[in-house]
Amino acid sequence: MRPTSVLLLGGALAAPATAGTVTVTVPRLSVAEYHRPYVAVWLEPAGGGAPRTLAVWYDIRKAGNEPGTKWLSELRAWWRKGGRGMAMPADGISGATQAPGPHNIALPADLKPGAYVLNVEAARETGGRELVTVPVNLPASNARATGKAELGAVTLSAR
Amino acid sequence: MRALVSRLLVATALLSAPAALSAHRQWLLPSTTIVSGTDNWVTVDAAVSNDLFYPDHFPMQTESIQVWQPDGSTGAIQNAAKGRYRSTFDVQLDKPGTWKIGTASTNVSGSFKLNGEDWTVGRRRGPPRGPEGAGRPAHSVATAADIPAGATDVKLTEMSSRNEIFVTAGEPTATVLKPTGKGLDMEPVTHPDSLVSNEPARFRFLIDGKPAAGLKVTLIPGGKRYRDSEGVMELATGADGVLEVKWPAPGMYWLNATTTDNHPATPRATERRMSYTSTLEVMAP
Repeated sequence: MRPTSVLLLGGALAAPATAGTVTVTVPRLSVAEYHRPYVAVWLEPAGGGAPRTLAVWYDIRKAGNEPGTKWLSELRAWWRKGGRGMAMPADGISGATQAPGPHNIALPADLKPGAYVLNVEAARETGGRELVTVPVNLPASNARATGKAELGAVTLSAR
Repeated sequence: MRALVSRLLVATALLSAPAALSAHRQWLLPSTTIVSGTDNWVTVDAAVSNDLFYPDHFPMQTESIQVWQPDGSTGAIQNAAKGRYRSTFDVQLDKPGTWKIGTASTNVSGSFKLNGEDWTVGRRRGPPRGPEGAGRPAHSVATAADIPAGATDVKLTEMSSRNEIFVTAGEPTATVLKPTGKGLDMEPVTHPDSLVSNEPARFRFLIDGKPAAGLKVTLIPGGKRYRDSEGVMELATGADGVLEVKWPAPGMYWLNATTTDNHPATPRATERRMSYTSTLEVMAP
């Protein structure tokens, strides 16, 4: 981890006013061939502006001719909104794909207060793709939405 | 054998003519327009047919396919093959940015008289058509430069056509989108690899670098066989040459614009026909 990420983490602890947690639930699916989904989580200012990626889960181990990064573009909304301009792996942002169940992502401490749209997009090999959007106000107030197929509950909580 | 020869001649004529001259549409269909990383290839189908994108008529020639790398330098196609109905080739997208793949050609065709006999320029190489045609020597020259000094009634038409697709690895770039300033150009305002069905797209059309106002542009979605209507959109550019497209649905779209004027670059030519063709992929939001 680079020093900047440590600083951001330290900032999060020191400034509870902007603290908040996004919880993304990966649903358990009863399908013949299951692969954990690629997931991207990002915030867009409600009035327009640069999106900020909070998390990207992809196959970080797969290398060779077809590395895990090859399918990042299948998160097509995130890819277009900024994913295509990011280098992977990204410190403090990218990580391995996650098993079914809830997963917490801490909001960065340096987010400016205001209205945002929280976006969570999931794409699964031999499966579907879904985008869940939740209008949120920061500092975090509670908000919630639920996906229909590829995503379960998406919540924002103040802590 | 004679039937075969004439069929080949017809095929050659079809393939060298711009799309405007025939009901058949020339198309390039990329397997994708958006890739992640620089380990990817795009594979492209290239054909001439009526319905999009069903290869059921003639393959496109791959010899004239060019590749512009993201920095503007020349690239190459690989694994080219010609089938009965379509050609196919690959491009290795080993550099980040936007690639352009396609054809750009200018041909001159026409006619003249020499010693009272009709000659053609740059067209059919067989004997003159008509009942008396068979058995007579071919009265044809390949280029306008070959027209003999004593020729009269010289009528020449310049035909310039572009057919290009855009594929982006990683972040889109604009180097290959720069208009050439010659003939009919499409200068994207919305990047052609950032199209999404719930946002209108804008493309500026230029003739010799100047806005082409009121230019008619046709867009047709692929998948014709699975609906009743052709789904054609007949649009026109504004005074600034800009075309605005509101996409009815995500998918692959064939775009074509044709126009004529009397400003050919070829000496002695009186008319210019211009054609621009592209295939655009529109993503779902």
